[in-house]
Amino acid sequence: MMDKITLSNVHKSFGTKHVLRGVNLNIEEGQSVVVIGGSGSGKSVMLKSILGLLTPDSGSIKIDGKETIGLRRDKRADIDAQFGMLFQNGALFDSLPVWKNVAFRGIQNDGMNESDARDLSVDALARVGLGPELLDLYPASLSGGMNKRVGLARAVASKPDIIFFDEPTTGLDPIMTDVINHLIQECVQELGATTLTITHDMTSVRAIADKTALLYKGEIIWQGSQDDLDASDDPFLHQFINGLPHGPIEVEGQQLETAGY
Amino acid sequence: MAALATIGRFFLGFFSQTGQLSLFITQTLVAMTRPPFYLRMIGQQILRIGYFSLPVVALTSFFTGGALAIQIYYGGNQFNSEAIVSSIVALGITRELGPVLGGLMVAGRVSAAIAAEIGTMRVTEQIDALTTLSTDPYKYLVAPRVIAATLCMPVLALIADILGIFGGFVVGTQSFDFNAAIYVQRTINFLTFDDVSSGLIKAAVFGFIIAIMGCYNGYHSKGGAQGVGRATTNAVVSASILILAANYLMTSLLFSS
Repeated sequence: MMDKITLSNVHKSFGTKHVLRGVNLNIEEGQSVVVIGGSGSGKSVMLKSILGLLTPDSGSIKIDGKETIGLRRDKRADIDAQFGMLFQNGALFDSLPVWKNVAFRGIQNDGMNESDARDLSVDALARVGLGPELLDLYPASLSGGMNKRVGLARAVASKPDIIFFDEPTTGLDPIMTDVINHLIQECVQELGATTLTITHDMTSVRAIADKTALLYKGEIIWQGSQDDLDASDDPFLHQFINGLPHGPIEVEGQQLETAGY
Repeated sequence: MAALATIGRFFLGFFSQTGQLSLFITQTLVAMTRPPFYLRMIGQQILRIGYFSLPVVALTSFFTGGALAIQIYYGGNQFNSEAIVSSIVALGITRELGPVLGGLMVAGRVSAAIAAEIGTMRVTEQIDALTTLSTDPYKYLVAPRVIAATLCMPVLALIADILGIFGGFVVGTQSFDFNAAIYVQRTINFLTFDDVSSGLIKAAVFGFIIAIMGCYNGYHSKGGAQGVGRATTNAVVSASILILAANYLMTSLLFSS
């Protein structure tokens, strides 16, 4: 299968802080890849680098085999058009009602009229289990779970080829977490999209990952399938997926006891 | 050595900020001249920046015109110069006080609002979301605000001129028993087109400064609510200082020849 996204030796620093230290990752077309890692491991920086929101210092990021690093924003319009993104807190535009949020790309880029935009929003909201009664509400009046679902509706509304999920279940209760995970699964299967999710929620990993990669100190130190995840004896992975306080993973810059490894 | 390091850090920070602001202005100017143009957003901003600033600018100018008339009257009394009240109020308001005080008041109101709004969008990832939805934040957020403020400020300044002169007229005719018809006639006879147009040119520049400083500080805000608060303060302070500095420079350029 052809690689949809390929990261090769990607480095990114902020001042003296070296966040990405040679990330290598390939995501095949139609594959659902989940990158796990602790806070500050570089997950968000990696995701923003792929989205073109940050420019890596060196390395290569290819989408459909086309190099994207160094491309000006107006030169990567066809690449951006393939993307859908669910942000950690939804990132809905709070000055716009739900229907304008969901159909934003269509309204701004394709000159979609109000009637078509509302129809598109109704379809997208239905896909995430929400009704048309939300169309005219503003994001401030939505609950956290609804906010996320509307964000998901916006991410899938334009039927993108590649969807990114940034901590899709953070801050949600277990039931809503399960709902979001299932919605992600359904949307992805329905659209046949390639997805990249960053999370530290193992429930999401179990629910949506074809392939899992562990990012630690700016490097992918382990990657494999669901079966590999359970079978692996990698000490870093073992500590992370079991949430153990002791192990090789440094917390807050201090290495904890490594007893037992 | 520590003192040298502090001085070095100050200058590095200053040049870094200046470079970043220059880049931001360049990107904004490019966004203002290349399609797509978000006309609806420009219209919304004209309403918010121009229309809703009218009361504050009108009141400021009216009372300033009145106060100016009192100062000139009592200041000039000993030389029997009551007669020059009308002309000096007109000159002071149109050339300086109308655009500058109007600019400062709008800076306080609009720069802060722009910085808070765009800053909140930045820290809640709404600006990143715009980019991932194939929309250029410079074109969608920054350019409409800068265009609206640059267009609205001369109109606000013109209204400030009229109301400032009217403030002087009210004080002059009500408190000092000036003849209303003579007061108006003297004002009209004394004012030249250049007096008014120089103030309007200044106001357009102030409008650009107000919007660009609000957008710049908001766009580069970071660190949550505290960062947005800092951006808001910086926007108002920097816009106000730049307005006063630009006013001095433009006055030198416009009136030295």
